[in-house]
Amino acid sequence: MTSAPPLLTLRGIGKKFPGVTALDGVDFTVRAGEIHALLGENGAGKSTLIKVLTGVYAADAGTIHLAGQPVRPASPKDAERCGISTVYQEVNLVASLSVAENLCLGRQPGRLGFVNWRALRRHARAALARLGLELDVDAELGSLSVALQQMVAIARALDLSAKLLILDEPTASLDEKEVADLFAIMRRLRGEGLGIVFVTHFLDQVYAVCDRITVLRNGALVGEFATADLPRLALVGKMLGREITAPDHAPVTVATGTNEPTAPVLTARNLSRAGALHPLDLDLHAGEVLGLAGLLGSGRTETARLLFGLDRRDTGELRVKGRPARIRAPRDAIALGLALCSEDRKTEGILTNLSVRENLIIALQARQGATRPLRRAEQEKLCEHYIRTLRIKTPTAETPVKNLSGGNQQKVLLARWLATRPALIILDEPTRGIDIGAKAEIEQLIAQLRADGLAVLFISSELDEVVRNSTRAVVLRERRRVGEFSGDALTAPRLMHAMAGGHQAHG
Amino acid sequence: MGETHLQRLLRSPLVWPIAGLALLLVVNLVNDPGFLRLGVREGHLEGQLVDILTHGAVTLVLALGMTLVIATGGVDLSVGSVMAVAGMTAGWCVTHGHSSLLFVLAAALGAGALAGLLNGMLVAYAGIQPIIATLVLMVSGRGIAQLISRGEVLKITQPRFEFIGKGFLLGLPFAALLAVALYALAQLVLRRTAAGLFIEAIGDNPVASRFAGLATARVKCLAYLLCGLGAGLAGAMVAANNAAADPFGLGQNMELDAIFAVVVGGTALTGGRFTLLGSFVGVLLLQTLTPTLVFLGVDPPVQPVPKAMLILIVCVLQSDLTRRWLKNLLPNKPAASVASRVEP
Repeated sequence: MTSAPPLLTLRGIGKKFPGVTALDGVDFTVRAGEIHALLGENGAGKSTLIKVLTGVYAADAGTIHLAGQPVRPASPKDAERCGISTVYQEVNLVASLSVAENLCLGRQPGRLGFVNWRALRRHARAALARLGLELDVDAELGSLSVALQQMVAIARALDLSAKLLILDEPTASLDEKEVADLFAIMRRLRGEGLGIVFVTHFLDQVYAVCDRITVLRNGALVGEFATADLPRLALVGKMLGREITAPDHAPVTVATGTNEPTAPVLTARNLSRAGALHPLDLDLHAGEVLGLAGLLGSGRTETARLLFGLDRRDTGELRVKGRPARIRAPRDAIALGLALCSEDRKTEGILTNLSVRENLIIALQARQGATRPLRRAEQEKLCEHYIRTLRIKTPTAETPVKNLSGGNQQKVLLARWLATRPALIILDEPTRGIDIGAKAEIEQLIAQLRADGLAVLFISSELDEVVRNSTRAVVLRERRRVGEFSGDALTAPRLMHAMAGGHQAHG
Repeated sequence: MGETHLQRLLRSPLVWPIAGLALLLVVNLVNDPGFLRLGVREGHLEGQLVDILTHGAVTLVLALGMTLVIATGGVDLSVGSVMAVAGMTAGWCVTHGHSSLLFVLAAALGAGALAGLLNGMLVAYAGIQPIIATLVLMVSGRGIAQLISRGEVLKITQPRFEFIGKGFLLGLPFAALLAVALYALAQLVLRRTAAGLFIEAIGDNPVASRFAGLATARVKCLAYLLCGLGAGLAGAMVAANNAAADPFGLGQNMELDAIFAVVVGGTALTGGRFTLLGSFVGVLLLQTLTPTLVFLGVDPPVQPVPKAMLILIVCVLQSDLTRRWLKNLLPNKPAASVASRVEP
């Protein structure tokens, strides 16, 4: 292990943002000729680490050595010059230009501002040949599949005598065959002595192609492991921050004796959407909190979006209180008594420049329609009620919601939905990015809602949170339902086991 | 809370347009002490202020609809051309012997509404960028207007129709009364129902609005429809005032005046919060500027330059950056630091 000199050495990297420590003393080592997975759940610090590496952020503490030389990339361009190239999930190329132009954009051969087109094409063909790709270099980039565009992006990244290639979730939108092609290219580059950092949410892919794994959690290093030495379940344990004390090999799926006699508030049968969710059945009863657990990318948010009519489902039928429901847009879902508190507060939740009051009443007002406005006194009563019961910290109800802290914005959004008096509320990561006090308050609220007879679908990546708050939990893995737990069977180790996948073999 | 009155005042989007208007009035008063004087001639109220209001009537009608479109985060470049189409439609009806004012007006408004609906569908349902979608009609509208009369200017000689452009009611110019009445109606409808809130929500964050159950596409489409309707009326008013419908000149560059009035009035082009009162003030500001420049001896061909500079100054003063800078200049009371602690 120690014989190969490390290509990249990060020691004690720290990065603070106002109020958040994104990275705290993280070490990260990549050797030449290896594929190294960088793993962690949301907020683990993966993307911050990559941004430090590529010069988007400057680290507050620590050192970076590349091939023995200390480096301190000041910009992505600077990082490329040092030999660190990155390919992002979203292809950052110009769709309307040709493959050759994309490959050479910003470094065209030629002189005095004139482009030597022949040299440019030759150069492009050579760059593609290195990856074993045969493409028409004059084809418009936008006419290629996403997978091929991604490969062109890799070719472009390698073009600059790269020593280290960072692939940031390159497989998110690829199908299985395309992933296999990408892996072939990655192995080929590894053979050439390149160091590759691979960020992904798919554990299968980690075991298929990676030599080593570095796990981050909450901005700190959990450890570096050889893939062969780290079973899948242990890996998930590291990512979620809990050790497996006694491996739990009891049958993982426990059928629930649904002893509620009433019709479920919501029934989904055979619900699916290509690329988002494999056919899924789900029942939600009044007075229960159904936890939805799974790793990032397992289909939790996708399920919520399909139930709420945000995405069109390919198959499946929904029933609300036993009656077939036509849900084609959020407004249909809201009319039927559903509510969705989205995971992405900023883009899908708050109306930034509007007041707390306006943010709070908007869903209720939207359901009533424009011609039946809530009286101002009514609005103020609602605001006063929710500001008091949810303990929203705001100077007045007329304060712009953007002036509130994250936790208080989240409470305003919860109030928005509670004001519609829903029969079912979907909470997608309601505790993300808010402080511990607010977290505890939201958990209390969930219990209260259950006691009030609401059905709650609770999505969280914190296993303990799921166990603590749910009466029943469904586990998703790779966009499929893989288990359901309730009662005594609802324990973190069992959930984790299901999330990691039954088979322990790797490679 | 804890803000001084001065700070709260400075945060209002109306401060600068009103300050600008006041400045122009002062300049005019110095120049001509009789500027604000009103007189009565032949039973009609007259004076510089009446002229400003009369000339501003058409811009105000346009600016009302434009405010809504801009509040949804869009823009409508086609209103000038739609005015021409509507004016020509009215002219065609009159010259072809339709004597019913109601019919002629309905035809002009119908043409405007149709154009607005087209714009709205392109933006809201087809997802085309508002600038591009409305550019289509901006360009083709002129062509359509010419098709109606084969490029000729239509002379309108029908006192009943001309009345909406240059008639007087109770001694006051009818066009100005009509525009102010529409302003009051719009203010009432938008603020007494939840429609105004819906438009602001969609302009502020269209994705979050959809999550909250708003019919975002329908509301957007409606804003363009109303804007087109306003353009239709404005076209008829100009045709009536000129007693002629000119497919080339009618409504020329009016889209720019309307957009300027809205933006100067404090409604941001990025969408969200809007103020109809601000747009009203913006219209008055623009209209007062023209006689002011004449008084100051600026040649008409050069006038767009100081006009553009004034607009630029008001927009810069309204920017968040300037407002923050001004706020920092004011003495910070301890209470103000409480307010800032709430911010993330």
